[in-house]
Amino acid sequence: MFSDGYQQNDGYDELLQADGVPRAHSRRFVSRLRSISDEEIQRRQRTAEASLFNLGITFTVYGHEQGTEKIWPFDLVPRIVEAKEWNRIRKGLEQRVRALNYFIDDIYNEQKIIKDGVVPEDLIRTAKTYRQQLQGFHPPQGVWCHISGVDLVRHSDGTVYVLEDNCRCPSGVSYVLENRELMKRTFSQVFEGMSVLPVEDYPERLLDTLLSCASTKTEHPTAVLLTPGVYNSAYFEHTFLAQQMGVELVQGPDLIVEGDFVYKCTTHGLQRVDVIYRRIDDDFLDPQVFREDSVLGVPGIMDVYRKGNVTLANAPGSGIADDKAIYAYVPEIIRYYMSEDAILSNVPTYVCSKPEDCDYVLSHLDELVVKPTNESGGYGILMGPTASQAERDECAAAIRDNPRNYIAQPMLQLSTVPTMVQGELCPRHVDLRPFVLCGKDIFVMPGGLTRVALREGSMVVNSSQGGGSKDTWVLRFEERDSCRRRIFRLCPIRFNPPKKKVIRQCLVEWRIRFSSADILNALKM
Amino acid sequence: MADSVFISRHIERAENVARFLDVNSSLTMGDGSSLQDQWSPLVFTTGDQSFFDEKYGVANRSNVIQFLAFDQEYDNSIISCVSRARENARTVREVFPVAIWEQLNKFYLMVVAAEKEKDSLTELSEFCDRIKLASSTIIGLIYSTMSHGEPWHFARMGRLLERADKTSRIVDVQYFLLLPRPQDIGSTLDVVRWSALLRSASALEMYRREHGRIMPSRVAEFLLLSRDFPRSAHHCLIAIQDSLLRITGTERGTFQLRSEQLIGRLRSEFDYTSINDIISKGMHQFIDHLQTQLNEIGAAVHDDFFTNPQARTASQQQSQ
Repeated sequence: MFSDGYQQNDGYDELLQADGVPRAHSRRFVSRLRSISDEEIQRRQRTAEASLFNLGITFTVYGHEQGTEKIWPFDLVPRIVEAKEWNRIRKGLEQRVRALNYFIDDIYNEQKIIKDGVVPEDLIRTAKTYRQQLQGFHPPQGVWCHISGVDLVRHSDGTVYVLEDNCRCPSGVSYVLENRELMKRTFSQVFEGMSVLPVEDYPERLLDTLLSCASTKTEHPTAVLLTPGVYNSAYFEHTFLAQQMGVELVQGPDLIVEGDFVYKCTTHGLQRVDVIYRRIDDDFLDPQVFREDSVLGVPGIMDVYRKGNVTLANAPGSGIADDKAIYAYVPEIIRYYMSEDAILSNVPTYVCSKPEDCDYVLSHLDELVVKPTNESGGYGILMGPTASQAERDECAAAIRDNPRNYIAQPMLQLSTVPTMVQGELCPRHVDLRPFVLCGKDIFVMPGGLTRVALREGSMVVNSSQGGGSKDTWVLRFEERDSCRRRIFRLCPIRFNPPKKKVIRQCLVEWRIRFSSADILNALKM
Repeated sequence: MADSVFISRHIERAENVARFLDVNSSLTMGDGSSLQDQWSPLVFTTGDQSFFDEKYGVANRSNVIQFLAFDQEYDNSIISCVSRARENARTVREVFPVAIWEQLNKFYLMVVAAEKEKDSLTELSEFCDRIKLASSTIIGLIYSTMSHGEPWHFARMGRLLERADKTSRIVDVQYFLLLPRPQDIGSTLDVVRWSALLRSASALEMYRREHGRIMPSRVAEFLLLSRDFPRSAHHCLIAIQDSLLRITGTERGTFQLRSEQLIGRLRSEFDYTSINDIISKGMHQFIDHLQTQLNEIGAAVHDDFFTNPQARTASQQQSQ
């Protein structure tokens, strides 16, 4: 079942230890997997692929001639994250998103962090994603980045690093939900005895987050999802989320600004819109303010926005936190606003706008990964160690020409997860994009999108460049612990362990929720 | 003609059972906790707890699937429903277009084959998908290839009586299990389970479009009182009355038959009931009343049209 690739695997595998023995948290899964025949697994894999075709779960690759829709390959073997580790990641993500939100708010208002010399002013001023027009603005409820996707990778040293923050329109969450559904439908055998946190409530949480940030004081705010249209690469996700939340999917021309409000056109006339989950870039949002040639946006919408009569999620200008040069400062940003150390590590980053970093990068191009500060989707990246001399020279020239536009990082050895390749499980590199919702509270979806580079040895997981995806399982805390915690929470006595009688009383009321085995376990403690 | 009531009623029942199984299986997957607690509500929903307890004892996954899908001794299992629908259809083959009979027969053979293969336990969702698809195909064929005359209206009544009953059962059983307890006020709603409740009536997407966020009273309102949603009890009652009056030709608001009286009364009760009335009077009592009435309507239809010769003549005269 496991290929030879696993015998000489010197990297970090999420499921197996270096000696090929399953890690403690994946032991149960691997033994289940081993109990299923190879043929059966392959048959399930084919069924899953057929389902993807039937469901039309596709994405668009720009520049592809024949047929713009592509199936995004799905692999049956999930990435499994242990409960304790996830808890740490979750806290780290909450901290990071909270800090970034403070940061964006500060940048567009008092700029204390610049005045205190933590982040150089120059970096902000020259960021392509900085929006002068928002200076002095306070978004409803103080939230800028309602939805963020934070890319995480694990290096061969076992440490989980944040690779980048996505505070504009991070996509991929629909695949998380679909992958889980697909797993349940086609590979139910592997779930037996496993205890995995559900992801299915995400659309509800998203809707909740959006509505909780409604600017106007209406009792029943209306939200819509604004898409650039059917040719966008993430159009499937737009339709999916709109359907799951039960909100209208609209395009620019469906919305109009009249007086001080935004309205959508309906068969019964105009209906006011309070929250817009926009999946189009700042640049195209409002031709009167940003790009004049945009036909995707809504003329005048920024005016309404600045008056506080509509909520845009994410807020225009949030992209400043995505800039990869700003990324290098995030640990300090966290320390500055939260007075605590970052829980999740940053990848060591050379910011080419610093002369000493730039010199280092230029002389070590063959060991580093160079990234443009303001691109996404894996475009424009130079993998120093594998690039040709000509490519490196070209990159060096580009860096000299505009150092602000580049950062560099050491080449990471991404962790692997067993992946089905021609009937065998081979180690393939993965990353992880958890999704974080920030409204009145912060919510981190358990797990996230695991992307996998299907080519042997490749570290490029982007869907546009031959990546696939996997289901991500965050395991629950062992039943004993979680049951005890839940029961204790219900008991009136807070600090002393409750007497058995009290527990019993609670249990009578809660017997529907807990099985007798849970109850016995709890009483034993 | 009685058979067309039963055919569509049994098909509808088989489909609902498949949907319950599918949703419950997906909900319990990865749950890791004791399976017994997760599968027993499904047995409650059937209302045939005692039969199950006696024959199976433990409500685990495989027992409940065997019971609800393949138990030929249990009247309401998928296999019993489909085979009875087929038996009914055999006796009235002349009423239906060939395509419907063919589809029904295929449906039956598929379920029998699935029972033999026993793969259905591991590939439950595939099996349930096939049941749902087969049922939809039959409903679609009946709708689009059969004249909308008396047999058609009887078939529709049979289907919707069953549907109203099943939807209300879902609300009855699940609502109280999921409602936050008084001491738990302020904690977040178990959205995953509430969504599953809606999904088991195929109502999730339509509910979202109507109400957005999940709120317990709205969910109950949607499943019981929506006029537009085709699986809500109210929608079913409206259509049942419509079909009945088309058959008898009686004017709305009046009645000549017991069945007309009962459906008219129940429907107008639903027309003028709000969810707050239901909650303050007691959800369970309300649903209990609904189910008793549905049973009485079913019996009255039978009496009025298929057993009492006088009533049969009366209806024939009216339809001429």
